[in-house]
Amino acid sequence: MRWSVILENLPQLLHGAWLTLELVLVSGVLGLAIAVPMAIVRCSRFASVRAFPWVYIYFFRGTPLLVQIFLVYYGLGQSPWVRDSLLWPVLSQAYWCAIIAFTFNTSAYTAEILRGAIQAVPEGEVEAARALGMGRVVTWRRIVLPRAFRIALPAYSNEVILMLKGSALASTITLLDLTGMARTIIARTYTPLEIFLAAGVLYVLITFLILGGFRLVERRLNRHLRPRTGH
Amino acid sequence: MRIKQLIVTAALAAGLAGTAAHAGDTIRIATEGAYPPFNFIDESGEVKGFDVDIARALCEEMEADCKLVTQDWDGIIPGLINGKYDAIIASMSITPERQEAVTFSAPYYSNKLQFIAPKDSDFDPTADLEGMTIGAQRATIAAQWLADNLGDSVDIKRYDTQENAFLDLASGRLDAILADKYVSWEWLNSKDGSAYEFKGDPVYDDDKIAIAVQKGNTELADRFSDAIKAIREDGTYQRINEKYFPFDIY
Repeated sequence: MRWSVILENLPQLLHGAWLTLELVLVSGVLGLAIAVPMAIVRCSRFASVRAFPWVYIYFFRGTPLLVQIFLVYYGLGQSPWVRDSLLWPVLSQAYWCAIIAFTFNTSAYTAEILRGAIQAVPEGEVEAARALGMGRVVTWRRIVLPRAFRIALPAYSNEVILMLKGSALASTITLLDLTGMARTIIARTYTPLEIFLAAGVLYVLITFLILGGFRLVERRLNRHLRPRTGH
Repeated sequence: MRIKQLIVTAALAAGLAGTAAHAGDTIRIATEGAYPPFNFIDESGEVKGFDVDIARALCEEMEADCKLVTQDWDGIIPGLINGKYDAIIASMSITPERQEAVTFSAPYYSNKLQFIAPKDSDFDPTADLEGMTIGAQRATIAAQWLADNLGDSVDIKRYDTQENAFLDLASGRLDAILADKYVSWEWLNSKDGSAYEFKGDPVYDDDKIAIAVQKGNTELADRFSDAIKAIREDGTYQRINEKYFPFDIY
């Protein structure tokens, strides 16, 4: 074991860890923005309306993330039509290809988590809202969605952590995320054990960071459930 | 008493293994399988190529029983160090860094590093390359050369396989690729590579390709070196060479 090799390459590994964190956060936020409307539409009473989110979720959950990222990066780049389009400045960059693939992937899983949570909101609460004279939109905004977010939170934190690990696939399309950086360092030092160990520790630290963030959100959303303390 | 017995048995076993390494032994050889025409996997799933033919010829010469396995490039040296196989025959260049980690046989061919770019591009390796995007396979001497010589001025993109680098040059994401000349030569002669050409002279032309064995296993390295010499002398090497290139790459 050459421990010094970790220390020598730590700045680069941290650089990679930062890119990993960025990929997860950006695609997480974009994914959530897609997932919420997708989940709402998925709960529609009309089968024809439900069909689109169903196909979308089915496709992205049914294919490996590696295949999706290769399709976006190498697949789209093959067609001259895409290369001449307005989208090429975005699609020519590995960074945005990774963000696109991760966003679609995580939005499908998140939409399904939210769909389950929306359906788990007790019927009585919805009926109570109606009885108070709230319309459909207000009921969704004030009762169903806030309740559903709270129910979905533990499962959603799982999805974000899975996304963090999935982000290692960014290294296959030339990005120097934590895994890509580790592999590039190993290519020079031939010390896979030391460098992958260090990368593993950094992944664990990022996981703690994400879990900490979720705990804060959870405390805030469930603050009405905590016993009241005196003034 | 027991411990003594154990030591004696172990010593005997080691001795036996030592002698077994000579006649009718098994040598596990790793290659990459994504580096045409040197090593690649054909439609039927079989590993083929110059490296593979050379490996088979050497094994026949050494009267050894060889088992060929494929291993991704950037894990190929760690796998050797950890004893997953005994030798690497995968177009590996001798470099000082690798010599710290493994022992090499005598070279079995020579390679050059040369840039390729689109035919209609005015890419010139001797000009200022500031701001260009150049691709290479990760963990190769080409990637190392780029990092050492142009690391500060160009954006180096590293690919898991050489095939992916060619794919990305074709999609227009790269200004140029630095790669082994003969691998590029094969691709430039294919349909996909017809719009590309070599640019400038080779930037590095003293690249010796050899067989890597575990560090300190000079016995196996020497057996390979002797076998290379033998197939070179009896014409087997030339027959394999002709199958892939119209010029001698030794």
